[in-house]
Amino acid sequence: MSAEATSAPAAAARARSRLALSTTAPLVMLALFALLPLLAIATGQTHWLSLINRIVILGIAALSLDLILGVGGLVSFGHAAFIGLGAYTAGVMVDAGRGDLLLVVPAALLVSAVFAALTGAVSLRTKGVAFIMITLAFGQMAFFFSQALYAYGGDDGLTLPERSTVAGFPILANKVTFFYVSLGFLVAAYLLVRAVAGSRFGRALQGARDNPVRVGSFGFDVFRIRLGAYVISGMLAGLSGVLLANQAEFVSPAYMAWQRSGELIFMIIIGGLGSLWGAVLGAAAFLLLEEALSGFSEHWKLGFGVLIVLFVLFTRGGLADLARRLTGGRA
Amino acid sequence: MSEPLIRIEGLRKSFGALVVTDDVSLDVAPGELHALIGPNGAGKTTLIHQIAGTLQPNAGRILIGGVDLSGASPAARARAGLARTFQITSIIPTLDVLGNVALAAQARSPRALRLFGRAATDEALNAQARAAIAAVGLSARAGAPAGMLSHGEKRVLEIAMALAMEPKAILLDEPMAGVGREESARIVELLLGLKGRYAMLLVEHDMEAVFSLADRISVLVYGSVIATGTPDAIRVDPAVRAAYLGDEAA
Ligand SMILES: Nc1ncnc2c1ncn2[C@@H]1O[C@H](COP(=O)(O)OP(=O)(O)OP(=O)(O)O)[C@@H](O)[C@H]1O
Ligand SMILES: [Mg+2]
Repeated sequence: MSAEATSAPAAAARARSRLALSTTAPLVMLALFALLPLLAIATGQTHWLSLINRIVILGIAALSLDLILGVGGLVSFGHAAFIGLGAYTAGVMVDAGRGDLLLVVPAALLVSAVFAALTGAVSLRTKGVAFIMITLAFGQMAFFFSQALYAYGGDDGLTLPERSTVAGFPILANKVTFFYVSLGFLVAAYLLVRAVAGSRFGRALQGARDNPVRVGSFGFDVFRIRLGAYVISGMLAGLSGVLLANQAEFVSPAYMAWQRSGELIFMIIIGGLGSLWGAVLGAAAFLLLEEALSGFSEHWKLGFGVLIVLFVLFTRGGLADLARRLTGGRA
Repeated sequence: MSEPLIRIEGLRKSFGALVVTDDVSLDVAPGELHALIGPNGAGKTTLIHQIAGTLQPNAGRILIGGVDLSGASPAARARAGLARTFQITSIIPTLDVLGNVALAAQARSPRALRLFGRAATDEALNAQARAAIAAVGLSARAGAPAGMLSHGEKRVLEIAMALAMEPKAILLDEPMAGVGREESARIVELLLGLKGRYAMLLVEHDMEAVFSLADRISVLVYGSVIATGTPDAIRVDPAVRAAYLGDEAA
């Protein structure tokens, strides 16, 4: 057994650099996110602020999807429904004059958790393509339900009279403040998902992704583990919906169209499945590309498709893996 | 004799017209190593699956530790003290060896699904896992991703995972399948060392190993048990010799 003797230091070095990257990459991203708005203001390009803010907000949604899809292996095709539920909760509550963030956030988390628990209890009984189709179907049900909310604009959606207050103070009306509040939520969500993924629960979830029969044979209830992850994930996506509604000061059924769910999957594939910070990077790459290409031509989605195919072909582990290789993390 | 740890009564299972388990009754006493032998396709693995709960029988009862768990899930049976290894190696390739075994230990620890605290550095679980890894002689590979192990190493990793569950009974489906002579001898040594501490049901084709390890042997042919007895009794059983052993064990 001399093979280990030579490969052990290499493995240790690899582990070290992986550790280093999984710490430094999120910190570099955080620094960039924190500085970009200041740069935008300094250069007078304040319209960039709303794009960066959307990246941060959808980064939370992508991160939440990465927990169940990347870590848990559950290809949910209805994740945008949770964004929509959070957004409508915010919209309806602001419309009713009860739009304080301290009320809206718990309400949206609750609504998302209930929807996740109910739909997860059904969809998680299936696997593979059936699971994809059922999550898609539940997502579409939420979409059609929101279209039927005539009191709140039906198909046209609902314009928010104002943004949520925070403990009564209208601080979110300021774009820069709103951005930093969003960033605070992203950091909290990242730390939470990272802790969960690395916990006993997360290890069992990951084990069940690779080999559910084996994990069941240890005595774990795989269904319960997956349902737990599905609920946590849904709640975080609901939170991103609250922020999205406030950022746009508008909600509409389009938030939960199935294309939005597909885009979230793109984001985490671009970023690198299961790497968590890669999901945020993927959200950034997706929205920046969308912005750049839509400036070129109205047929930008075609070019986008081509880019994504090339991307998946040439970087199998996504941006996270590309970064790992560029920093010498993998042979 | 004390209450058997595993008891099977009148088990039946068929796949369409093919009867794979034909009125099988069998028990394994505490500390007993009970071997199950039979030709390819006799229904040994199918029987193991039914005891473990990954396949449902058409009729019959399965009791573990005296409790009827016939309809229970595999997880419930594991929690009742039943561990198993798979004929076709079944591990978690993206976790390292320590992680695989620690996850097995985690299942029966209090707060098995805690949401906070890093699992990888959970010393309580890691200590338990390291002991099981040392018991099968895999300590040098504890940090290797399980997917990178050799076939023989994966076979003993399976046993380490079963041990880390601190079970009362272990089902072993061909633990030496496909491994070389030297490794095979090591696994026999290992099982000898475990003998007496667990109730074990061992499926194995290596007759030398079976006859040196088993307290009792049951012979399964076309889904039915044609004989159960001590190795000496089985060796001379005319029905067994006719159906299966031939002259090879004489
Ligand atoms: N899911 C299934 N559907 C249909 N037939 C099956 C199924 N599983 C097993 N069989 C058949 O049942 C019979 C018993 O299979 P089993 O795997 O239990 O045999 P075994 O005794 O373990 O054989 P081996 O020694 O080769 O491992 C075989 O004829 C097999 O083809
Ligand atoms: Mg078999």
